[in-house]
Amino acid sequence: MSEKMIISNLEYYPGMKIEQHISLVQGSSVRSKHAGRDFMAGIKSIFGGELLGYTELLHESREEAVDRMVRQAQEVGANAVLNVRFSTSSIAAGAAEIFVYGSAVMLVEEV
Amino acid sequence: MSNLIIFAVLMVLGYGFGQYNEQRHYKSIKKREALLSTLPAVATKYPPGDERHRQTMVMGSVVVASDYFKSFVASLVNVFGGRVRSFEPLLDRGRREAMLRLKQEASEQGASMVFNIKYETSRIGGKVPTIEVLAYGTALTPLHSPSTHGEQLSQQV
Repeated sequence: MSEKMIISNLEYYPGMKIEQHISLVQGSSVRSKHAGRDFMAGIKSIFGGELLGYTELLHESREEAVDRMVRQAQEVGANAVLNVRFSTSSIAAGAAEIFVYGSAVMLVEEV
Repeated sequence: MSNLIIFAVLMVLGYGFGQYNEQRHYKSIKKREALLSTLPAVATKYPPGDERHRQTMVMGSVVVASDYFKSFVASLVNVFGGRVRSFEPLLDRGRREAMLRLKQEASEQGASMVFNIKYETSRIGGKVPTIEVLAYGTALTPLHSPSTHGEQLSQQV
C-alpha cells in the first residue's frame, strides 16, 4: 500500500516540484505489551541488554502508525508525504503512543 | 535476611551478565560499523541536487535495558550527584545500534546515502532503566546507476 506513496523526512524532493500543499496528515497507534512479554522483559532487564520483545512491539506499532498516515494522505489525494516526524510518549506504565505526522503534498515532475 | 540474599544474587547476576552482554554488544557494533562505514548518514537536510534519487524513509530502533548492578550504582551516585558513568554506555549502545539498523535497512535498498537523520530517545518504564532509541532518515537511492552496494554488504554479514 505504501509503495506508491513517497514518504520522506526531507522538506522537498530533488527533481520534483511541489504542486500543491494539501494538508497535515497524521497517524497514531497506542499499544501495550501483554503480561507474558512484560514479565519476561522484567526478568531480562536484570541482566541488561536488548529487550527484543519491546523492540518488535514498538516497530510494529510504528508501522501501523505510518500506515494510518499513508491512508489519510491517500484520502486527501496526495502522492507524497514530506517532512515526516515521529514522536513517542508513554501514556501509562506499559503503554506507549507512537505518533507520526507529515505534510501531504502533490508532487509533479519538474520540466 | 532472605531479602539481602536475593539482592546479592541479583547484584552478582546483573554484574556478570551485564558486563558480558555489553562487551559482546560493543564487539558486534564495532564489526558492523566497519562494514557499513562506506554508507554516509548525515543530519543535513539538503541532498545534492545534481542527480535524481529515489527517496525512502528508513528507520532503526532498539530497546535496551541497563542491568541491576548498574542501576543500583547509579542510584548511589544520584545521592551525591555528578556524572553517572554507568548509564553512559547504555545510551551509547542504543544510539549506535539504532543507527546501524537504519544503515542496514538503507543498504539493503541499495541506497548511496542517508539524509536528515533524527534521533529520538524515550524512556520505557520499569525498575531497571530501559530506553528506546529510534533513528530515522531519508535514504537516497540513485535512479540510474544500479547499485550493488547493499547486496555485497548483506552477503558479507
